[in-house]
Amino acid sequence: MSTLLTIEDLSVDLPVPAGVLRAVRGISIEVSRGEMLAIVGESGCGKSLTSLAIMGLLPKGATRLAAKLDFAGIDLAVIPDRKMADIRGERIGMIFQEPMTALNPCFTVGSQLEEVLVRHRGASRKQARDRAIELLEIVGITPAAQRLSQFPHQLSGGLRQRVMIAMALMCEPELLICDEPTTALDVTVQSEILSLINRLRRDLNMAVILITHDLGVVARAADRLAVMYAGQIVESGTVRDVFATPLHPYTQGLLACIPVPGRTAPGERLGSIPGVVPSIIGEARGCSFRNRCSLAFPACGEADIPSMPASHGGDFRCLLDERDLAHRVAAVGGSH
Amino acid sequence: MLLYILKRLFVAFLVAVTVSIVTFSLVRSAGDPAVAIAGPDAAQEDVERIRVQYGLDRPIIIQYGEWAGKAIRGDFGYSRFLNTEVSKVVLDRLPVTLTLGALSISFALLLAIPLGVLAACYPNTILDRIALTISVVGQALPSFWFALILMVFFGVHWSLFPVSGSSTMLHFVLPSIALGYYASPAIMRLTRAGMLEVLASDYIRTARAKGLLQGSILFKHALRNAVIPVVSVAAVQLGFMFGGSIVIETIFSLNGLGQLAWQSIHRADLDTMQAVILINAAMYIIATLAADILNAALDPRIRVN
Repeated sequence: MSTLLTIEDLSVDLPVPAGVLRAVRGISIEVSRGEMLAIVGESGCGKSLTSLAIMGLLPKGATRLAAKLDFAGIDLAVIPDRKMADIRGERIGMIFQEPMTALNPCFTVGSQLEEVLVRHRGASRKQARDRAIELLEIVGITPAAQRLSQFPHQLSGGLRQRVMIAMALMCEPELLICDEPTTALDVTVQSEILSLINRLRRDLNMAVILITHDLGVVARAADRLAVMYAGQIVESGTVRDVFATPLHPYTQGLLACIPVPGRTAPGERLGSIPGVVPSIIGEARGCSFRNRCSLAFPACGEADIPSMPASHGGDFRCLLDERDLAHRVAAVGGSH
Repeated sequence: MLLYILKRLFVAFLVAVTVSIVTFSLVRSAGDPAVAIAGPDAAQEDVERIRVQYGLDRPIIIQYGEWAGKAIRGDFGYSRFLNTEVSKVVLDRLPVTLTLGALSISFALLLAIPLGVLAACYPNTILDRIALTISVVGQALPSFWFALILMVFFGVHWSLFPVSGSSTMLHFVLPSIALGYYASPAIMRLTRAGMLEVLASDYIRTARAKGLLQGSILFKHALRNAVIPVVSVAAVQLGFMFGGSIVIETIFSLNGLGQLAWQSIHRADLDTMQAVILINAAMYIIATLAADILNAALDPRIRVN
């Protein structure tokens, strides 16, 4: 598999009344063609801003810094906005969390789908219409031709999200960024949308970045995962490895929050991590998780924690030894 | 959509009937029409004779029924001051006022909407401040003073436009600017506020994520949503303009409905007064009806309810 997207040392700063919010702090990720990378974290950890930074859609006032922001040989960090607009929707598609508000209420589903092809390929109305029907059928909306003349308010949330996916796929992008695509949907619909994204990824050999706070979603769909905390990636690796031996105390805490059939006794309390994600305003030193971590010791607050390679090929950002951390999981897992 | 229009038409008709009843009773209760016709110095017997002769001694409901029956056929009575039928006078004045109103609202929209969009695209910058200044000045200037200033510079000093009368379209340029500029601040502020809100919405982010160009995002996706409240306000202003502006029509010597309204009130010319008020109300009703239909065309969600 060839690498499609390489991000090195990406930072996003947001001006807030209290100072400068360091929303993303030096994250590095790689995504290969056809691969699904999940970025996992709580609300406010910077995962959505990471995706907007890739798209060049950061809110006004935000600054983006990156040592490398390479997409298929194009340096997204220096590309002018007009050129970036050519890439958006054509080579990188994106779908959002809120299907209820992400579609323009004043235009038909058809016109919102068609304009993507007209914009990027200079397609005729007829060609764009045919492609829109084709894609609605691919995402499982029938009768497609009839739906084209409907308005967003006439569709359910699940259907709207399918329309969003169809819209993002009009030009068969090489990379699809899904920002919490299933969060606003019913559980049964969530599962359908997820299967759909996964099927399309295989059919089109499309890379997917899946942004979510739901580890269940990650376990079902993704190949690799990166756990984000307070703007940093604290652990990454393949889904199989990280789920089997989570190393970072935060990842361990997250996994302890999920009930496991057969292992979690009925009525048993699920794990939880006390406290909330801190917002890093201004300079910060040390591990940002230390105040919520049961293993923290004085050195955690003294210097920045480097990312360490793990034996299974991933990375983790903790001062403790990998073997001690892995051992702890076994112990914690046993007590549950 | 057709059902929606029919429903709105029916409501508009009911409003027109109500307005005609209210104006009829108001005009009758404001003063004794028999005295007005006979004149202030007339003898009591003459007033009584006129009252019987004109049927003013009958119950007001019957009088209204008679008036409404005629009005529906286009007969609004007779003006003894102008010595013609009221319908003729009104039809004579209406084109002047309609032209002035249509040009004024066009000027107001052409000035205010681009300014509002510009201000919303660059909020809190120098461009926004300039747009704000233009609109505040428009709101603060008395329209008669602004009209006179226009006259002095564009009419007298540079002799670019005629300043009096309504014989050519050029005669309408200065009055339309004066009347339109007065209406533009509300439209501009509303456009700016609407655009600011819409530009921060999820579907505009979607439009950007699709790679659409700035022009298409602003003028297709954003403006269509932002302009919906503007349509309603512009309609009210248009209704106001179609009623005739007494000040502007007087300054520029335009013989429109505004002047007619003022003259008829002045002379207690009841039939004319009543017709002018009714036309005025009808213009409001038509303008708001048009706005409702236009909004339903712009936003499909309005059609459903």
